[in-house]
Amino acid sequence: MSEMSKIVRTLSNITFPFIMVFGLYVIAHGHLTPGGGFQGGAVAASGCVMLIVAYGSTWIFEKIKVSRLSAFESLGALGFIGVAFFGLIFGGYFFNNFLVRTGILFNIIPETGFTGSEFNTAGVLPLMNFAVGVKVIAGVFAIVVVMAYASSLKEWKQ
Amino acid sequence: MSTRNIVAAVMFSVLAVFFILTALMLSFGAPIKSQMDDYIITHTQNETGTNSAVTTIVFDYRGFDTLGEATILFGAVSGVLMIFRRVKK
Amino acid sequence: MIFNIPFIAVVAMIFIGLYAVLFKRNLVKIVIGISIIESGVNLFLITLGYREGGVVPIFTSAPSDVASNAPGSMVLPVPQALTLTSIVIGVAVLALMLSLIMHIYRHYGTLDVRKMRRLKE
Repeated sequence: MSEMSKIVRTLSNITFPFIMVFGLYVIAHGHLTPGGGFQGGAVAASGCVMLIVAYGSTWIFEKIKVSRLSAFESLGALGFIGVAFFGLIFGGYFFNNFLVRTGILFNIIPETGFTGSEFNTAGVLPLMNFAVGVKVIAGVFAIVVVMAYASSLKEWKQ
Repeated sequence: MSTRNIVAAVMFSVLAVFFILTALMLSFGAPIKSQMDDYIITHTQNETGTNSAVTTIVFDYRGFDTLGEATILFGAVSGVLMIFRRVKK
Repeated sequence: MIFNIPFIAVVAMIFIGLYAVLFKRNLVKIVIGISIIESGVNLFLITLGYREGGVVPIFTSAPSDVASNAPGSMVLPVPQALTLTSIVIGVAVLALMLSLIMHIYRHYGTLDVRKMRRLKE
């Protein structure tokens, strides 16, 4: 697919940081407000797909190597399983929440009932949220880049 | 009207009767058994220290299902990248 | 009968999807029908866990009369968590189906279901 006009490219340059900041906000505050890893990852990935539509898939496929995106996604999956294995080492069972009462990071317990919002509260959940968010962003971006580039080649059009 | 279309239409109408009868018999707004959800809502802030019950269920009480879902995402991405592979001559 | 309108909407969505899968010839329309069936099933899962006059099961900035009466005035949270997993699985299956359709179109040259009969060389 070829690129779009200059007005579309300029406006997508302006709105891209706002979309990424909003997506990272939804990922990071997953234990306080509705949201989490999967939802924030979908928002940030749709911001990246907007760049593919504006700049054309042939130009972006030359700049971004798909093998690096695949390595990013594997890093996210390994982080998720690594945090679960640390629970097995420090506690007694798989997926143990080992940072809630005795840990260094994230170990304040909120009072019951109506309360405000403290960021330092949940145990292992923000680390898992970040790992799953990175995995979803890299996966959806890789799928859309490869499918958009392959549909513009000569042999796939007939 | 081939035989395939007639058989499909008959199966449609039989399924429609069953589905609509079930949809009218369910109770909307008053779930019958809810002991697990009451336990989770009352003990979320003490045991896990989270303010949100839905995220705790996804990552802490039922984290094994999230592991299976991450595996499905990984398998789908690797399948799509394998279909569009170019073999260099 | 008029109190069960979400359940009747679920039945209508599943039947529209089933009609598109059974009676259409284009491959892309069949895939759209499968996606509509998945949306109907997700709506059914969320509708099962509704309590009359309940709010979101989140304690941040909840009104004070809701938080003191805790499990009786909140919606059930477990079906919402399982619907999240189901939506992600639907996206993964849709991506694989669309890339397989692109591969089939390159091989046969057409998207009509009745013309793909045998394993062509």
